[in-house]
This record gives sequence, C-alpha cells and structure tokens, in this order.
Amino acid sequence: MKLTLRIWRQSGATGRLVEYPMDDLSPDMSFLEALDVLNERLITSGQEPVAFDHDCREGICGMCGMMINGMAHGPEKATTACQLHLRHFRDGDVVTVEPWRAEPFPVVRDLVVDRSAFDRIVAAGGYISVPTGSAPDAHATPVPKPDADTAFEAAACIGCGACVAACPNGSAMLFTAAKATHLGVLPQGQPERYSRARDMVAEHDASGFGGCTNTGECTSACPKGIPLTTIARLNADLLRAHTTRSDR
Amino acid sequence: MPYTEGAPIADQRVPAGPIETRWDRRRFSARLVNPANRRNRSVIVVGTGLAGGSAAATLAELGYQVKSFCYQDSPRRAHSIAAQGGINAAKNYRNDGDSVHRLFYDTVKGGDFRSRESNVHRLAQISVEIIDQCVAQGVPFAREYGGLLDTRSFGGAQVSRTFYARGQTGQQLLLGAYQALERQIAAGRVEMHPRTEMLDLIVVDGRARGIVVRDLVSGAVSTHFADAVVLATGGYGNVFHLSTNAKGCNTTAIWRAHRRGALFANPCFTQIHPTCIPISGDHQSKLTLMSESLRNDGRVWVPRDPHDTRAPNDIPEADRDYFLERMYPAFGNLVPRDIASRAAKNISDEKRGVYLDFADAIARLGALAVEQRYGNLFEMYQRITGDDPYKTPMRIYPAVHYTMGGLWVDYDLRSTIPGLYVIGEANFSDHGANRLGASALMQGLADGYFVLPGVIGDYLADAPFDAVDDSHPVVADTMSEVRGRVKTLLAVNGDRTVESFHRELGRLMWDECGMERDEAGLRKALERIPELRDEFWQRVKVPGTGEALNQELEKAGRVADFFELAELMCVDALHRAESCGGHFRSESQTPDGEALRDDANFSYVAAWEYTGVGRPPVLHKEELVFEHVTPSTRSYS
Ligand SMILES: Cc1cc2nc3c(=O)[nH]c(=O)nc-3n(C[C@H](O)[C@H](O)[C@H](O)COP(=O)(O)OP(=O)(O)OC[C@H]3O[C@@H](n4cnc5c(N)ncnc54)[C@H](O)[C@@H]3O)c2cc1C
Ligand code: SF4
Ligand code: FES
Repeated sequence: MKLTLRIWRQSGATGRLVEYPMDDLSPDMSFLEALDVLNERLITSGQEPVAFDHDCREGICGMCGMMINGMAHGPEKATTACQLHLRHFRDGDVVTVEPWRAEPFPVVRDLVVDRSAFDRIVAAGGYISVPTGSAPDAHATPVPKPDADTAFEAAACIGCGACVAACPNGSAMLFTAAKATHLGVLPQGQPERYSRARDMVAEHDASGFGGCTNTGECTSACPKGIPLTTIARLNADLLRAHTTRSDR
Repeated sequence: MPYTEGAPIADQRVPAGPIETRWDRRRFSARLVNPANRRNRSVIVVGTGLAGGSAAATLAELGYQVKSFCYQDSPRRAHSIAAQGGINAAKNYRNDGDSVHRLFYDTVKGGDFRSRESNVHRLAQISVEIIDQCVAQGVPFAREYGGLLDTRSFGGAQVSRTFYARGQTGQQLLLGAYQALERQIAAGRVEMHPRTEMLDLIVVDGRARGIVVRDLVSGAVSTHFADAVVLATGGYGNVFHLSTNAKGCNTTAIWRAHRRGALFANPCFTQIHPTCIPISGDHQSKLTLMSESLRNDGRVWVPRDPHDTRAPNDIPEADRDYFLERMYPAFGNLVPRDIASRAAKNISDEKRGVYLDFADAIARLGALAVEQRYGNLFEMYQRITGDDPYKTPMRIYPAVHYTMGGLWVDYDLRSTIPGLYVIGEANFSDHGANRLGASALMQGLADGYFVLPGVIGDYLADAPFDAVDDSHPVVADTMSEVRGRVKTLLAVNGDRTVESFHRELGRLMWDECGMERDEAGLRKALERIPELRDEFWQRVKVPGTGEALNQELEKAGRVADFFELAELMCVDALHRAESCGGHFRSESQTPDGEALRDDANFSYVAAWEYTGVGRPPVLHKEELVFEHVTPSTRSYS
C-alpha cells in the first residue's frame, strides 16, 4: 500500500516536517515497521534515518510514542504506536508524525524526547518503603479482590507520556494519579499514602507540567485506558495530605 | 574441531555438606563489610531489569555506593517489563504437594540435567521470599475472592505454583524493583545513567574495576570506576535477528567481558518458545510471544491432513490432531517448551503454524473468565493479526525466546574475573539446557534481591582497592579501543545496512543453529559466519556521526558483537554431540524422536575461553555432579 509520511526532523534547536512518499508498505506492518522501511531506504541513499524511541514493540515498555495525525499513538484506541498496524490507514493517506509536544519533554532528536521528569516524579514518592528482606509472609495481609483489581488497572500505566502530549495544559496528572492509585488502594501502601500524593504532585509541578482542568483528553489517548477517577482519588488524597499531619 | 581443550574448572566455590543448608553456610562464611564502611565501597550495576534493578536497589539499601546503567531512557523499560506469564515460587499455598524440593527437582529435570544442583536448590529456597518481598512493595498479583493470592500452572510442573499479575507479571515485578531503585536514587545512594551503553570492561591487575560507556545522546565515551562490577544485561536471543526479545537486547556487555577474560558457558543453549505469533512478511522486525500460561486452557492442534485448507472452525473434531495430548498424555498441553516446540516443528511449518484453541475453555468457564485470565494477550493477538481469538483459534509457531547460556559464574555468581559478577539472564547458572516457564523472573529476582547482596560483601571486604583513573595505561588502552571501534564503524561507509547483515546472520543461525542442529549444518555456518563478518566490516553503512544520538551506530556495534558470539555458539553446538533440552542434535535422538542425552560424555558445563576473533576458543569443563536428582530420561508422557 501507499502512504505519504510527513515526519518531524530535528537535530538542533528547531526542526521541520519532511515529506516521504512510500509505496512499498503492507497493511500487516506495524507503524514502526513502516518507519523501519523508510529508514532502510534513507540509509542506502546516504541520508540520516529518522530517530525514534522503541524497544519491546509489544505495547508494554512505554518507550515508543509519537503524535500520528495529531493523535498521541495514532488513531486506534488503547494502542501504542508500536502496536498500531497499517491496516487502520487507507491506501494513499497522508500521515503526519511528530514528537510529543510538552515543555517538560524537550526534543532530543526527530521523534525522540526526554521524559526523565517521569522518573523524578516516581523518585519523589512513588514507592512503598520496604527494604529487601523486611517483608512479612505474602498471605499475612489479604487484599480484597476489587482493591487488587483497581490497583492493577492503575499499575498498568507504561509511563509513555501520551497523556501529557494529549493534554491541552501539558499536565501529567494521569501518570501521577495512576501511581498514587496503584499504591494508595493497597493495604501495604497506606502508611505513606498522603505524603506520597503530596510529594509526587509537588515534583510534578516543579517539573513544569501544567495543572489538570479535567478535559479528559489524557484518558482517551492513554494506551492502557487509565481512568480519570484516578485523578479524583489523587486529589482527595492531596486534600487530606494538606489537612492532616503526614510527617516526612 | 575448531577448538582446544584446557584445564577443567576445579572450584565452583560450593560449600560442602547437606544441600539444604549450603546457602546458610555460605552466607555465614562470607565476610561482611561493616555498615560504616559500606559507604566507601562502590559497585557498578549494568542493567536495570529484574536482576539489575533489584540488585542496585538492594545494594544501595545496604549502604553501598551504586552506579546503575541502562540503554533505555528510563530504568523502568528494561526488557523484563515484557514478561507475561508469571513467576514460580514453592509457597505450596495450594497444598497440592509442592515444596522447595519439588521446585528444585522440577528445575533440574526441566533443565535436562545440565545445571548445577546447589545453585538450583538455593533458587528454590529463595523463591518463597521473593513473593513476600514483591507483595510488600505493592506488586498487584492476581487474587482470589478471599483476598489471597491466585496461582496457575506452567509447563513442566504438575503443581500450581506460578504467581501472576494478569498477562503483565514482568511489568509489575519490574515496577516494584524500579520503584525501590528510584527511592535509592532520591536518597542519593544510586547514581542513575539511562541512555548509556556499556562498551567495554576495565580489568586492572586482574580485577574488574570499571566500564567504558558511551552516552547515547551526546555520543561521549567515558569511564566509570568501582570496587566491583555487576553485569545484569539480559539475554542474547537477538543473535537470531527475529526473537521475542526487545529490539535493543544485545550481547555487547557480556561479550566484551568475555573478550577480557570471563568464560562464556553453554552459549548454544537457546530456548525456542512454542507459542508465538508467526511471521507475516519480510518487513517483520520482531516476534511476539503468546504466554505459556495460555496452554493452561488452550488446546494445541493441527488438521490431521496437512493439506486441509478449511478455516479452523470448519474443521470437525474428527479431523483434528491434538498432538501434544496424544503424544504426552501425562502433561498434555503443558509439556516443557523444548518438547512442545519441536513437536510443533515436526508436525507443521513456519507458514501454516499450529492452532491454539480456546473454544473448550470458553464453553467450560465462560468468555468472561477467559478474558479475566488472558484478556490483554487476546487483545494483543487481535491487534497484530486482525483475528479475534474468542471466535477463531490463534495461529502460533515457535520462536527464539531465551538464552540459557551466558557468562560462567561460581556459586557466588562471580565470573572468572575477580570482582565481576553476573546475574539474571546474562549468566548461565540455573536453567541447564532448558528453562521452565516462569523461572527466569524467579532467578532474576533471586539473584538481585538476595544472592548477590548476600555474598558480594565477601569480595568487597578486601576493598577499597587502589584508585584508578583515565591515566592508567590499561584504562587508556581500553578507552582508545572503544573509540577506535566507533570510528571504524562510521568510516567503512559501505553499501549495506546493518539491518540487512543482521537479517542474514539471523536466518543462518535459525537454519543451522536453531531448533535442530546437525554436524553438516553447523560446519556450514562456521564457514559462512566469518565470511559474512568480514563482509560486514567492509560493506556496512552507518550514517551520521559519533558525537550525537545515532541509533544506527548503536545497532552496528551490537550486530558486530553478535557476529563474534554466533561463531562461538556454533562451535559449542558442534562440540556437544548429544541432544539435551533446547539443544537438539539430529544425530542424537531416540527411536521416537526425543532428545537423547549422552551423560557419559557430556555431563558438564562447557565454559569457553576467548583467544581472539576467529581463533579456536579453549574449552574448560565443569563436571556436573548429581547427588540429589538422579539423571533419567525426561518423560512427560
Ligand atoms: C516476551 C517475553 C515474555 C517472558 N515471559 C516470562 C515469564 O512469564 N516468566 C518468566 O519467568 N520469564 C519470562 N521471560 C524471560 C524473562 O523476562 C527474562 O529472562 C528476564 O526478564 C531477564 O531479566 P534480566 O534482568 O536478566 O535482563 P533484562 O530485563 O533483559 O534487562 C537488561 C538490562 O540491561 C541493560 N543493558 C543491556 N545491554 C546493555 C549495555 N551494553 N549497556 C548498558 N545497559 C545494557 C538494559 O538496558 C536493561 O536495563 C519472558 C521473556 C520474553 C522475551
Ligand atoms: S497514564 Fe496512560 S498515557 Fe499516561 S503515561 Fe501512563 S500509560 Fe501513558
Ligand atoms: S516499543 Fe515498547 S511500548 Fe512501544
């Protein structure tokens, strides 16, 4: 099949869209495989290939991510760019491909951005303090199945950054709330629940992510379907953190 | 034969006495570093998967100064994240007859009697603590309605001891380790270097003292020093080009260490996973696994008539051959991977594949229950193939998945270079010639959370060692070798892409050193690999510069190392003229086509010493002694 790819190329402070007509694609290819085909062509003709992040190509590592026709990870719901297949495009389509656009995610090159702000948010409190060796037997604390399921759904976040890229405010509240919910609904996560919410949100704000105004763009772009209710939960914990004593 | 034989490996540093108390005794005999002194001892940990992430976090908790490295943009993205099915532990929560001894026994037998008993026993003992640790970290394992943990069965076991978090067990375990790691980063005890690739090992006065790395964003080549170096850099399945591994998985770190003197053990022991999505075309960039857990409820079959062109749902029961159930009634669809893969290969081919059918499970349990167990796997299958597995059986075929071989380590997980430790899939230790499902996650976390932190103090007690820096002649040499290689790769400026070489090498390895090997094929590969390698260095084209993010350059360096490793794999496969586990030599099979081991001649670990590119390596044998599990012909029928 044929597609025209318009791809953002950037190697310094600024970049531009460059058009690449492709006529040797197959509907069974993934979107990243189409970029592979393009890159092979660019290399053999002496040009620099398009830089893009990827690793697992199974929708789980969170490494890939790009705006495809203005949509984070492209048009398919609950699908990362690496799992998007060309059968979802029409023969002859023009497809625009750009990096995540958000101030806290500076472009490194072409479609590659720097997402280290996410690691800093987790480092600020997105964990349970339990040094190796200090754990009680796994069955010491039963966890009601619904709570375990809620924790799991939130824990499914892959840290890709699509929520930020989709948000008109460049907010990372969905990412932050997913972690706060994962740990905050489990009994093991209770002791640090409120300080965790407070510290992660403080880091979120310090990194330059915008505030949440509940537009919901994040959850529709999220490849793992992290629900907006996680943000409500985080906000409630945050309120509690500011009104109760949580030393640390 | 293109190799020579050297002295056998005499000392594995396994404590004497009853196997049940060996680990206790080793921990007791290992010297400790007093907490106040740990601050002055430093450790480099390369890799942030389950093994490296858990090790770095735990060493930092103990008070050591840790530097951690990964090539991805965040430690959370290590390939462990993709593990689907589960993690084994001898908790016996089901009261179904499981025990530490049974997990030990299953693992030694599953590995076809090519692993070291003492290590495997320790792994089984530690398995129990891993689950406790992970639950305490908030890993959301699947639970029953009563709030307790759920388990399922995996291949090669008749008990239900596999803990899981839907089809995302690796992700959840890795996030637990990553969060522990981030906590230590925030505390200033771990210095994290993402997007940084280790390109060489620095060995000074016989000790591993540091690494040479390239910053993948700026291209800068620099050094890092420490009192000990830990490699947790995963497996080398990508030598086959197409595998279930993440695209970046590579052998560079362990191969460079091998070139610096670390022995490489059993390089030819590769695992082919029976249930992967078949190749759809030449553009294929990687293969996707469908978790082994699916074989709990899915039934594997092929049409009785190989020329049957009907759609699977139109083929009536009578025309189907449920070949695993037929051939292996005791384990049925849950036979170990090597057996299931070969059976599938013998009965079908790459194009047709075999069916994995859930119709019975859906009728028995309901679609909802099936969705709860495997929902995300079904979605992934549908996304990739366009077919709905709730309605039509999955089509699957074997693919390269895991490498049991790796750097040789002793009981302390130390390589043959003092101060160089190797953990996780990067070492050869616990799985013999075949790894059982859900045992890699167990091993990675056992190594990282418990084994390494339990013994590394014994080595660090002698530290700190004399300071070294870039002016040291050995360091300067290592640096200039690395820089030279980068320069050469860029300078060739030929007419073939790295990808085209990788594809060709992968095809050759799959054909001649894949699921079945024979002498003629291996000799052919051993002729072809050096030719192809020479061609690579004359014709490869790597655009761009070394002073910036250059993904082609990264790939070129990795493929260059695969070319050297591939040769050693073929030498190892050729020399091992027996079949065992994942290593199937066509010349060595039983009348009904099962692997025929030759214990009289091959009951050893083959540890190879490097002597130069294309030069015959030296074989060092570690004899395997079985005191607790008597080697027998594996039987799953
Ligand atoms: C699709 C799939 C599913 C699986 N499912 C299961 C399962 O259900 N149960 C099970 O037990 N096992 C499973 N396995 C196997 C298991 O996931 C792996 O064996 C295990 O996760 C390996 O962990 P590791 O920590 O050793 O290495 P990895 O997780 O591979 O981590 C390697 C680390 O090393 C870093 N690295 C590599 N090279 C360099 C370098 N040169 N410089 C710097 N850093 C480097 C990487 O950045 C990464 O951080 C599965 C494997 C695959 C492919
Ligand atoms: S919340 Fe969703 S979109 Fe945001 S980082 Fe996590 S998985 Fe990606
Ligand atoms: S490459 Fe891992 S999520 Fe896309």
